[in-house]
Amino acid sequence: MIDKLSWVAIYPEIVLLVMACIIALVDLSTTSARRTRTYVLTLLTLAVVAVLTGIAANDGKTIYGFGGMVVSDPMGNWLKCFATVALMVTLVYGRPYAADREMLRGGEMFTISMFALLGMFVMISGSNFLLIYLGLELLTLSSYALVALRRDNAVASEAAMKYFVLGAMASGFLLYGLSMLYGATGSLDTNEVFKIIASGKVNHQVLVFGLVFIVAGLAFKVGAAPFHMWVPDVYQGAPTAVTLLIGAAPELAAFAIIIRLLVEGLLPLAFDWQQMLALLAIASLLVGNLAAIAQTNLKRMLAYSTIAQMGFMLLGLVAGVVNGNTYNAQFAYSASMFYIVTYVLTTLASFGIILLLAREGFESEEITDLAGLNQRSPLYAGVMAIAMFSLAGLPPLVGFYAKLAVLQALIASGQAIYIGLAVFAVIMSLIGAFYYLRVVKVMYFDAPVTASTVSAPRDVRTVLSINGLLILVLGIVPGGLMTLCANAIVATLAN
Amino acid sequence: MGLLSLAIWVPIAFGVALLAFGRDEHARGVRWVALVGAIVSFLVTVPLFTGFQNGTAAMQFVEKASWIARFNVNYHLGIDGISMWLVLLTSFITVVVVISAWEVITERVNQYMGAFLILSGFMIGVFAALDGILFYVFFEATLIPMYLIIGIWGGPNKIYAAFKFFIYTLLGSLLMLVALIFLYNKSGGSFDILSWHKLPLGSTAQTFLFFAFFAAFAVKVPMWPVHTWLPDVHVEAPTGGSAVLAAIMLKLGAYGFLRFSMPIAPDASHEWAWLMIALSLIAVIYVGLVALVQEDMKKLVAYSSVAHMGFVTLGFFIFNELGVSGGIVQMIAHGFVSGAMFLGIGVLYDRVHSRQIADYGGVVNTMPKFAAFALLFAMANCGLPGTAGFVGEWMVILGAVKANFWIGLGAATALIFGAAYTLWMYKRVYLGPVGNDHVKELTDINAREFLMLSLLAIAVLWMGIYPKPFTDAMDTSVTELLRHVATPKLPR
Repeated sequence: MIDKLSWVAIYPEIVLLVMACIIALVDLSTTSARRTRTYVLTLLTLAVVAVLTGIAANDGKTIYGFGGMVVSDPMGNWLKCFATVALMVTLVYGRPYAADREMLRGGEMFTISMFALLGMFVMISGSNFLLIYLGLELLTLSSYALVALRRDNAVASEAAMKYFVLGAMASGFLLYGLSMLYGATGSLDTNEVFKIIASGKVNHQVLVFGLVFIVAGLAFKVGAAPFHMWVPDVYQGAPTAVTLLIGAAPELAAFAIIIRLLVEGLLPLAFDWQQMLALLAIASLLVGNLAAIAQTNLKRMLAYSTIAQMGFMLLGLVAGVVNGNTYNAQFAYSASMFYIVTYVLTTLASFGIILLLAREGFESEEITDLAGLNQRSPLYAGVMAIAMFSLAGLPPLVGFYAKLAVLQALIASGQAIYIGLAVFAVIMSLIGAFYYLRVVKVMYFDAPVTASTVSAPRDVRTVLSINGLLILVLGIVPGGLMTLCANAIVATLAN
Repeated sequence: MGLLSLAIWVPIAFGVALLAFGRDEHARGVRWVALVGAIVSFLVTVPLFTGFQNGTAAMQFVEKASWIARFNVNYHLGIDGISMWLVLLTSFITVVVVISAWEVITERVNQYMGAFLILSGFMIGVFAALDGILFYVFFEATLIPMYLIIGIWGGPNKIYAAFKFFIYTLLGSLLMLVALIFLYNKSGGSFDILSWHKLPLGSTAQTFLFFAFFAAFAVKVPMWPVHTWLPDVHVEAPTGGSAVLAAIMLKLGAYGFLRFSMPIAPDASHEWAWLMIALSLIAVIYVGLVALVQEDMKKLVAYSSVAHMGFVTLGFFIFNELGVSGGIVQMIAHGFVSGAMFLGIGVLYDRVHSRQIADYGGVVNTMPKFAAFALLFAMANCGLPGTAGFVGEWMVILGAVKANFWIGLGAATALIFGAAYTLWMYKRVYLGPVGNDHVKELTDINAREFLMLSLLAIAVLWMGIYPKPFTDAMDTSVTELLRHVATPKLPR
């Protein structure tokens, strides 16, 4: 007999699953080329799910269901809420692009992306290693299909192939690591594993061995160097709408499983995984920032910039436990959560602009394609400039506070080595500023190739303006979102 | 809303409105809105001067509200005798810059005017902020409009210059950010700048902080040898950009030394004063010599800016009343004079489209009114008594002689170079027979340019003849600052 609470813990997932099936059926009778009916239904469903998760998150309650398989806590619910909103925004930006490229001949894009979201939800709420893994696989399998959505496009097919092979390898790593852990501890439940490891009865070497594989698998998924090889190719090769689909919302889910696996499950091993994450962060900052400078392709540049940004996010996780003391943990983990949320917000805006500029048969992928955008449309140039300055970490934009929070977490640890890491990160973000500035330069200083103004459907225009404005407004009053992340992390750590 | 908030947000509000509503078809209206905005912004700052209470070192017009509760960051504003003048200088120069761009800028007028108004608000924010993060936010935010100003309306090599400006100054300020967070943790969770002044700090921490701040402020001032971005940027920037850069943005760095480095790390400041003095003297003497050989008027004035700012940092780090007050007076004076010099070059450039000294000669014959203004500003630039330039340099030299005769002597000899390059340039550009056909066809300044130069001329003369209001207002603040610097934080 499954108790009532179990259903409460997963009802957003149930809504999502049921509606995804219904929408797939409804789509069979849809004939419009732009899939208006499917699109509207999808957005409505997502809006409902966002509201449901938002309400649950606001309640601040932590509920375990199905015998501790799933957990519904504020951190998870906020991340679900943000992921849902991010997917809605992605679909709004992506629909005209997808329609122009005949990617909407069937409604797969909508239904598959809903299944991807379901995968993210399962990852986020999983409190059991197996369930987390299942969610991850649901997400990645949907992502492979999405990348390959343009069947007749050789570049996209190649990207899908690379994504699949490397993704499968990463999953293998993760699964192997998890099974090592299971072998050592005899449990798949994160809280159980935590207790068993904390008791100190398990051979440390076996645990670290499993941990190495888990961290490597996670690094693959977030695209941290040196496990980043798929990121530039897939970002560039996938149709831009799909790039945004796999580059925005899933980052939130990836963050969630890092917290679930490493913090909730393996905190007693923090000393070990912090070292690994620190090395990953250093490598990502170096590789991402240096390689991004050389790129002329905008999507590829943003891919490398993602690697660098993930490196910065990982730094936040590095500073959580100092000398076995967890006083810094809530600052560190909430800094990372704030970082990832604002990163997704900014990514949506920058890819939104690329999607907008990509007209039929013209991909608008080169940085030079943005030339003179300010003269063609000051509004969109402004949004893109805000996104770029925010990614570069310049105040008064939200990206600055994200970097500030992470640096603060590092310096608050009081360890000389972490202060050194902070200085290193700062110097790397200076290099990062260079390529972000180049995008602004092209838009504002160069002459436009065509004089035609940029037109966008009203929904895209509205959402994009709000998106840009939000980056600015959250930069002026970042306090609310910071507190939200902090409270969510505190509630999660309390369990 | 307090006066300081108004001083910050009125220009920004006007600037944003211009960005949102202006198009080049409405350029005329845009200009008027910008002028009204600049004048209103200036008028808002006037009560800061008239209502200012001399004789107290406490912060005045203080506003405080919680801003980011999680990090205990406050929206905390206030000015003392030092920052009050810098706020007024900023709002004043903005009016002049808007007038200077009137017919000169014809493309994307709304963005140009908007950028300057927003920049003005940001800079006032830097001078008024009493919270570390608030300071940093404004300090960094100034980069964005300036980057766009240089890159959009600049000269042929503008992109190189815009990047150089941005990256150089960003590197410095990022290290300052690390220092700010370090202080936050040291102080047990406070970003209050004034409380940091009293924070006990060890020797290593002070050295680290001193150099982190040095990275930010020395680049901004700019001190030798990190000054190389300045000439490049000045040459490429549009006239208004150069004027604001020299008149105000350089002061952000000098101000930082006063507000952060010296009072927060007094022992390190004393320990490294020799370095600061040496670098300042090199700036004054060596860069003065470099200015002498420049062929390009803007470059010449840019190098002369570096030399003049050398006097400012020299004055600060000899740690006596005369030196520090002299440095601050010199900051304000240089604001007026360098602004005027760059705007004057702009007047010539608009007519002939050249900044090479060799392309001119005998301008006084065709532009007598303009030449008279130029003479006044040239004299102020070499520190003639009775002009603004004299007061500060003289005070710094007196202070330096008091501290160490040789330092004073070194600084004093630099005055000779200053006179040499400025007067030589004046002779080659303005005096003698008409140089070429371009000069022959020049028309004298119109009413707008006359107004713009008169405003600056009045300021230069007022400050030169009657500097008392300036020194009176800052006296107590300087004494207080020196008291902080003189109190060691290390156990003896």
